[in-house]
Amino acid sequence: MTLRQNAILEVDALERRFDVSAPWLNRLIERKPRKTLRAVDGVDFVIQRGQTLALVGESGCGKSTIAKLVTGLHAPSGGNIRFHGDRDRLQMIFQDPFASLNPRWRVARIIAEPLRTLKPGTPEAQVSARVDELLGIVGLAPADGLKFPHEFSGGQRQRISIARALAGEPEFLVCDEPTSALDVSVQAQVLNLMKRLQKEMGLTYLFISHDLSVVRHMADVIAVMYLGRIVEIQPTADLFANPLHPYTQLLLDTIPDLEAPRRDRSPMGGEVPSPVSPPSGCSFHPRCPLAFDRCRTERPQRRPQIHNRRVACFAAEEGTADVQ
Amino acid sequence: MSEVVLDVQNLRVEFPTRKGVLTAVDDISLQIRRGEILGVVGESGAGKSMTGMSILGLLEPPGRIAAGTIHLSGDRIDNLDDRAMQAVRGRRIGAIFQDPLTSLNPLFRVGDQLVETIRLHTDLDKTAARVRAKELMREVGIPAVEERIDSYPHQFSGGMRQRIVIALALCAEPELIVADEPTTALDVSIQAQITALLKRLCRERGTAVMLVTHDMGVIAETADRVAVMYAGRLAEIGAVDDVVRRPQHPYTNGLMGSIPSLSNDVEELQMIPGSMPRLNAIPQGCAFNPRCAHAGPRCRAEVPKIAREETTGAACWLAQTGTVDQGEAA
Repeated sequence: MTLRQNAILEVDALERRFDVSAPWLNRLIERKPRKTLRAVDGVDFVIQRGQTLALVGESGCGKSTIAKLVTGLHAPSGGNIRFHGDRDRLQMIFQDPFASLNPRWRVARIIAEPLRTLKPGTPEAQVSARVDELLGIVGLAPADGLKFPHEFSGGQRQRISIARALAGEPEFLVCDEPTSALDVSVQAQVLNLMKRLQKEMGLTYLFISHDLSVVRHMADVIAVMYLGRIVEIQPTADLFANPLHPYTQLLLDTIPDLEAPRRDRSPMGGEVPSPVSPPSGCSFHPRCPLAFDRCRTERPQRRPQIHNRRVACFAAEEGTADVQ
Repeated sequence: MSEVVLDVQNLRVEFPTRKGVLTAVDDISLQIRRGEILGVVGESGAGKSMTGMSILGLLEPPGRIAAGTIHLSGDRIDNLDDRAMQAVRGRRIGAIFQDPLTSLNPLFRVGDQLVETIRLHTDLDKTAARVRAKELMREVGIPAVEERIDSYPHQFSGGMRQRIVIALALCAEPELIVADEPTTALDVSIQAQITALLKRLCRERGTAVMLVTHDMGVIAETADRVAVMYAGRLAEIGAVDDVVRRPQHPYTNGLMGSIPSLSNDVEELQMIPGSMPRLNAIPQGCAFNPRCAHAGPRCRAEVPKIAREETTGAACWLAQTGTVDQGEAA
C-alpha cells in the first residue's frame, strides 16, 4: 500500500454521538425516550504528509466535530484515529480570532505559551527571540508582541493565532474555518500566508470550511460531508471537473460564480434535515433528484469497486448519476 | 427609464465621539429605480450598513445624518420626525436584516406577527388579514401554510424564518426594500433559494431593492447595478457586469482578485496590502491611496468623486483623468 506509507493521519469508521435527551425528570414523567445525535457517523479518510485535506459541508454536517475529535477535544464514541506523528506537534487554528486569543494577555505571551508548555525550561531570551521570529514569519513586527489582542484587526488576530500554532513547531495543523470571519481581501492575505507556510515548513493541513471556492484554492483532496457522513472524497481537480455525488453537484450549482453568474437559475429546494432524526437509508434521498427505492431503505457506502471509494451513492453505483 | 424610487444625494453620516467627529458615510449619492436591485458591497466598516440604516431612519444615536438628502418617490424622508418616519418604515420601505431569529418576536406565532403588521399598514380586518398572511406565506414558499401559520419562530429553520421575514417586509407592498446581509447567516444551498425568491418577488411587484452585502457572488447573481463602498465613500458604481468584469477602481480590482475563483487556478490570490483605515484615521485625499499601487501626488491631496448625476463611474483620479499627477487646482 504505497498510498498509506506517507499517511500522517488515518481515520477509520469514526463516530461521535451526543446525548441530546430531555432531562431525566421529563423522561420519567413524560415518557420521552433517550435521543442521540450522531454528529459524526462512520467517517474514514487518510491525509498524506504535506498535503491539505478539506472537509466541506453545510452547518451541522459534523465537520467541526471531526476537528475536535482529531485534536482530542472530544473523545470518539466509536472507530479510531491514528496519528503517525508527534502529538505535541499537532496544533489548531480556530474560526473566531476574537474568541480564541486571551484578551488579558499580551501577544508575546500568547505566542510563547505553547513554547513554555511544550518545552519548559527554555531560557527566556530564547523564548523571546523565537516569538520575534514567529511574528516576523506571519508578517507582524516584533513591537506588536507588547500589544493586547484588541489592538489588532481580525486579519492580524488570525495571524497571531497562526504564529501561536507555529510556536510548537507543528507538523499538522487543524484549521477550523480559519478565514470565515474575515473580509475577502484579508482572507486572501491569510490564505496566501497559510499556503506559503505549508510550502516552507512542509505542514499538513486538515482544513475545514463551508466555502467551496476557498477549499478549491487550498486543498489537494476534498471530502464533502452531509449529515455526519462523507458522501464524496476526491482530489480537488477531479471533484470540480467530475462531481460524483448529487449533493456535491447541488453544492457546486448553488455557489455563485463571479466569472459566470447564473442569474436565472432555479435553485434546488429542501433543507438539511435534523441530525437527531436523519432520514432512513441515504440521508440525502429526500432532496435528491436521482433517488429511487433503494436509497430510501439502504445506506450507501463508499466501496472500492465504485469509483475507487470516491463516492457513497447508489445512483452513481448503478451508473445513473449525471456524470458528464 | 422607469421612475426613481430612492434618491440619495450627498449623504453624510457622522458619529460625534469624545475624541472627535467620525464620518461613517461620506458624501454618498445613489439612485434606485422601480424594479431595480442595487447591490451595495464593501468590507466591514465600509459604511454600507450605515447607509442602509440611515435610509430606514434607524441610525443609533449619537449617529446622525449630518448632510445630504434622501428622497423616496419624490418625498423627502431624511428630515422626518420619529413618528412620521415610523409611518414610512414598514409601509413604504420594507426591511430585511441578517439574523431572522432576532427580526421576529420569539413569543408570538408567526401568523399573528404577520396579521399585526398587515393590519398596522392596511385597513383589512382580522379575518381578511389572516387570509392575506396565508397568501404571503404561500408566496414566499412556506409549505403547509395552514399548519405553519400558528407555529412559533423557533419551530422554523433559518431559511424558513428568513422567508417569514421577507413576507413581513412585503406586507404593505412597499416601494423600497432595504435588505442588509439577508443571506449571510444561511447555508449556501438556502442562500440561493432566498436570493432567487427576493429577486422574483421584486421583479413581479416592481419593488426597488437595496441589497447590502459583503458577498460579491450574491451581488453578481442578484443585483442589476452595484455600488462599491470603501471607508465610508463610494469607490465605484455601475452595472454589475461592468464592475465585476472591468473594474475601474483599483480597490474594486483588488477585491475581485482576492476572491478565490471557481474556474481559474492561481497559485497566489491577489492581495491588497494593509487594511481599511479606521474611521478616526482616514488618510488625506483618496482614502485608498496608502494601499494603492498606482497612487500619485494628486491622490494624496484631493478626494476623487463620482459626479452626483452619474450612474456609472469610479472615484479614482487615474480612472477619471488618466493621470495621478497634481491636478490643476493645486
